[in-house]
Amino acid sequence: MDAVAMYQFTQQSLPACKPVLTPAWVTTTFFLVGALFIPIGLVSLHASHSVVEIVDRYDSECVPDLFKSNKVVYIKDMSIHKNCSRHLKVHKHMKAPIFIYYQLDNYYQNHRRYVKSRSDQQLLHGLQHNDTSSCTPEESSNGLPIVPCGLIAWSLFNDTYSFSRGTHKLRVNRKNIAWKSDRNHKFGKQVYPFNFQNGTLIGGGKLDPNIPLSDQEDLIVWMRTAALPSFRKLYGRIEEDLNVDDVVVVNLLNNYNTYSFGGTKKLVLSTSSWLGGRNNFLGMAYTSVGFSSILVAFVFLLLHVRNPRPYGDTSCISWNRKSISS
Amino acid sequence: MAETSSGGKKKGKGKVKWSKLYTFSCLRPSFDTDQQLLGQPGFSRVVFCNESRLHHLKPHKYPNNYISTTKYNVATFLPKALFEQFRRVANLYFLFAAVLSLTLTSLAPFSPASMVAPLVFVVGISMLKEALEDWHRFLQDLNVNSRKVMVHTGNGLFVEKAWKALCVGDVVKINKNEYFPSDLLLLSSSYEDGLCYVETMNLDGETNLKVKRCLEATLGLDEDSDFQKFKSTIRCEDPNASLYTFVGNLDFENQSYPFGPCQVLLRDSKLRNTDYVFGVVIFTGPDTKVVRNSTRPPSKRSRIERKMDYVIYVLFSILVFISLVNSVGSTLYTDSDSFKWWYLRFQEHKNPFFNPSKPLYSGFLQFVRALILYGYLIPISLYVSIELVKVLQAMLINKDLQMYDEISSKFVEARTSNLNEELGQVEMILSDKTGTLTCNQMEFRKCSIEGISYGGDMNEVDIAASKRMNIDVERYRFSLDGSDSTGRSLEMFEFSAADHASTEKDVLGHEQGAENLGTNDSRIPAFRKESMIKGFNFRDDQLLNKLWIYRSNVSDMVMFFRVMALCHTGIPVDDDDQTGKVMYEAESPEEVCFLIAAQEFGFKFCRRSQSVMVLSELDPSSGLEVERKYKLLNLLEFSSSRKRMSVIVSDENGQIFLLCKGADNIVFDRLADNGRTYQQATTMHLLSYAEDGLRTLVFAYRKVEVNVYERWNSTFTKAKATMGPQREEELENAAAIIEKELILLGAVAVDDKLQDGVPECIDRLAQAGLKIWLLTGDKMETAVNIGYACSLLRHDMKQLHLSLSKEAETSNQVKVMKEDILHQIQSSYDMTIDEKNKEAPFALVVDGKALEIALRSDTRDQFLQLAVSCASVICCRVSPKQKAFITRSVKQHTGKTTLAIGDGANDVGMIQEADIGVGISGMEGMQ
Repeated sequence: MDAVAMYQFTQQSLPACKPVLTPAWVTTTFFLVGALFIPIGLVSLHASHSVVEIVDRYDSECVPDLFKSNKVVYIKDMSIHKNCSRHLKVHKHMKAPIFIYYQLDNYYQNHRRYVKSRSDQQLLHGLQHNDTSSCTPEESSNGLPIVPCGLIAWSLFNDTYSFSRGTHKLRVNRKNIAWKSDRNHKFGKQVYPFNFQNGTLIGGGKLDPNIPLSDQEDLIVWMRTAALPSFRKLYGRIEEDLNVDDVVVVNLLNNYNTYSFGGTKKLVLSTSSWLGGRNNFLGMAYTSVGFSSILVAFVFLLLHVRNPRPYGDTSCISWNRKSISS
Repeated sequence: MAETSSGGKKKGKGKVKWSKLYTFSCLRPSFDTDQQLLGQPGFSRVVFCNESRLHHLKPHKYPNNYISTTKYNVATFLPKALFEQFRRVANLYFLFAAVLSLTLTSLAPFSPASMVAPLVFVVGISMLKEALEDWHRFLQDLNVNSRKVMVHTGNGLFVEKAWKALCVGDVVKINKNEYFPSDLLLLSSSYEDGLCYVETMNLDGETNLKVKRCLEATLGLDEDSDFQKFKSTIRCEDPNASLYTFVGNLDFENQSYPFGPCQVLLRDSKLRNTDYVFGVVIFTGPDTKVVRNSTRPPSKRSRIERKMDYVIYVLFSILVFISLVNSVGSTLYTDSDSFKWWYLRFQEHKNPFFNPSKPLYSGFLQFVRALILYGYLIPISLYVSIELVKVLQAMLINKDLQMYDEISSKFVEARTSNLNEELGQVEMILSDKTGTLTCNQMEFRKCSIEGISYGGDMNEVDIAASKRMNIDVERYRFSLDGSDSTGRSLEMFEFSAADHASTEKDVLGHEQGAENLGTNDSRIPAFRKESMIKGFNFRDDQLLNKLWIYRSNVSDMVMFFRVMALCHTGIPVDDDDQTGKVMYEAESPEEVCFLIAAQEFGFKFCRRSQSVMVLSELDPSSGLEVERKYKLLNLLEFSSSRKRMSVIVSDENGQIFLLCKGADNIVFDRLADNGRTYQQATTMHLLSYAEDGLRTLVFAYRKVEVNVYERWNSTFTKAKATMGPQREEELENAAAIIEKELILLGAVAVDDKLQDGVPECIDRLAQAGLKIWLLTGDKMETAVNIGYACSLLRHDMKQLHLSLSKEAETSNQVKVMKEDILHQIQSSYDMTIDEKNKEAPFALVVDGKALEIALRSDTRDQFLQLAVSCASVICCRVSPKQKAFITRSVKQHTGKTTLAIGDGANDVGMIQEADIGVGISGMEGMQ
């Protein structure tokens, strides 16, 4: 290597370009940031507000009055039919596709014991993969392995919804609700549910043993665990527009037990914009940062106009000031 | 002429009995009290000289001369180095975590390998570094241990042996410029009175030579063959670390001779100026004083390292806190609510971490687990990365081309990589003047004889110019002297003249001047080679061309030159055959410079033999060179407390003279009433010399009657003979008796040249807000001038002077002086506070005496408070001890990082005391 260049490098004397933060530079930059961010934020906010959303909490309403005081008994009693119907009024035109979510609150999919209780290898390779020790406590029942094993699959959400408008049924598309990569690479195409929900304790939903796991999209959606105790998961899509003042009748089967731990269940119908669902965060963040930087720019400008100071004035260096005052 | 003098020199060297010259340092102390201790515990060592095989067996078996400075050996390396490593908090923590994860695999949240691997790597690297360093030490030891020395093997034969093979009781012969292999008892030397010169630079950092002298009993043993039958027994103290004491007893030919430190040659010192010495090995290897003394310097932990420990403790407490919160939360959840989360199925298949029936136990397990899991909060590689960075930095510093000295072809050496980062945090610089700011190359510049100043051919301009800046003078002189007075140097002269006119351009002028100096300086040496003699920068036709001999009052002038040529401790060393000029070697560069000057004036100091000094003088009456012999009767040495030096000589007519040179105030106090003829004029000259930043010395003499001398000599001899702590004092008193009623002759001024680039360097440091203290032993005027010269003081600075007022000084009462100083400090301090709005920096100039008072414990705080608020501080007339003391107080008072820089032995204390010490080449004791 070139000795001179090496020397310059080791002595840190290579030619370098150092930005100097002069008042002009700083205020200009802040103004620019403000001018750029505020429009972005406003556009985002607008997009977010254009999303129409219908949220309906149904977990308590769907329990008959008889059982209001003891919901857990109701939900655990298999003999009672769990039919329930809800009427949702559309207050604003909703453009297809309309996404159907279910929302659970106070549900800890993120607990360590829960998150770890699965076997990715088994989900991909089925019974060929024998080691399911990670799936405890739901690894086998009656001496036979369970496919899919683990607490997550065992506690599969099993409320179902069907929608009708007036007399005619709304078609719900339940395909392609899971991640494509999950379907293709994480859940085996040749893996079929086996010995599932056969134990003494039955957790959540059951699976059709004739459909391979890669096509069980409800399961795939459920097994991508949520990070927060309050979460939404995609159920399906309604692929026709809903008009203002339409009344959508939802027939649902209220099977899933959230009563024992005080969780809630909600049904959500939502359109989408180019920015996704209804979420003001991005827009708010952009606008607030934009406004504050403009504010800062003004403050700096004022300071500079009021107390101008020559560039590179050594008498203002801390130690020079200190040496006199201390 | 040259031939005779060279022959005489050689012969003289062998014969001089220096013991007579050195009054203060080379006398045998008495042993009456100490001798009684021999044989008692602590003084039980017995050495059989020349019978080393007796020492192979007990009870007189002593360790051999192998020394080892390594920290580890093959066996102890692993345990010791590991122990060192795990003394670090972070490493210990990681060891703990790794052990946990290895033993309780169920507990660890991740695999043990990911825990152990980084630890092994980190510890491995640190240990590798230790091992490498130790290996280097081992190689060094090996090198030292296998040095060769001549050892007596019987029958008067001396054979080369490795140092490590040396045994107690061996008789060894050391040649000139060799190191002593162990602690020896000096038996005899090539000088007939058994003297030898020892350089103890490796022991105490002092570069001046020390004189050792053997016992008279063993004086005769100066031939190889004499040792054939030599046998004796030494009883002495046990090995200890004290360098300056020794108690021993030599039994030789049925007689007992006590001996002391003056007869002991210590390992690692060097034989100088002596052809060879014989000695008996007393202490070997680990018993030697120097090895006993070599405590490993307490590792100066740098601030960053201390901070790192602190950071790690903080991180660890954060870690514990997080884990605690974790486990408490987990416990609470597991306890109360866990059954209702049906999808977690806590009730079956018990997991110890979430066991609702034993929530506390689960909580504890969670805690341990969290400690391990969040362990990466503590940066395991922090120590290693920092260490690597430091080693690399030290390498880069050592290889920095800009700090490469072409003359000695030496790179700068960073003794420890521990303190690199501190360099950037220095806030105080304490500097020595001589040798650090200035070159310590003395040039004879001016003299004042009989109240007439010589060498002042450019006086007016000189003084005016030097009032602003010494550099200007330098440059001006160059342009005047200049045989090559090119346009450039003239230009510079103009510039410096212009500079006087405009005060506003001052700072600018300094900078430019400094820059010019660099380019200028390179030309001066070349120019000097042609027409100038090194150390002599003097132009005065009157003195040089012997015109002065036609003047009326010649006798005093002759006397002046005699003082110059006789009152010193130098020796002529080298003849230049072409010019017939003699080169000199002396204890201080000033003396050399005087000798050279005297030679130029026609008073050549030719040679010195035993107590006779030969001058080749210019006889003023005839104008011819005459060789005269002076008998050296006494030499009253220079010491920092006496601040003067005298010789007593008698000339060929038997007339006794006392020739004295010393600091002005000291000598003026001792003048006779009829010797003050020139005092006023000389004082004036001294003042102006000092203003030029020159060092001054005053010359005086006294005619001593023979009977007066005899009487005094007896008291002096008595004083010489006294022992113990009063000895010095007695000698000083005795010397003071004769050193009075002097007749003033005149004064000389020597120039201490500034180092290259000093002013610009100081200027930059000051701009960066560093505070610079100049600690010097010089007079206030000189110091202030040097201060201006190196831009330590600027004209825009407010100067505060701190010195004892006349009344306080005369009253000589501590209380009065203290009050005076306190008052001054207070008023100065008030001033700094008052004027803080003005942008003028302050400079404080403190006199030695004032400093002494100010540094007393009760006034110290106020003084330091004032001093710290000033941009630069100049302390004059400071003793080495005070230097160290100032450094320590400043460090303690401000808590800021201090850097001390110096070269001489008198700076060692200061350098060791500061956070960072910078020693200038050849210095020991550097940290």
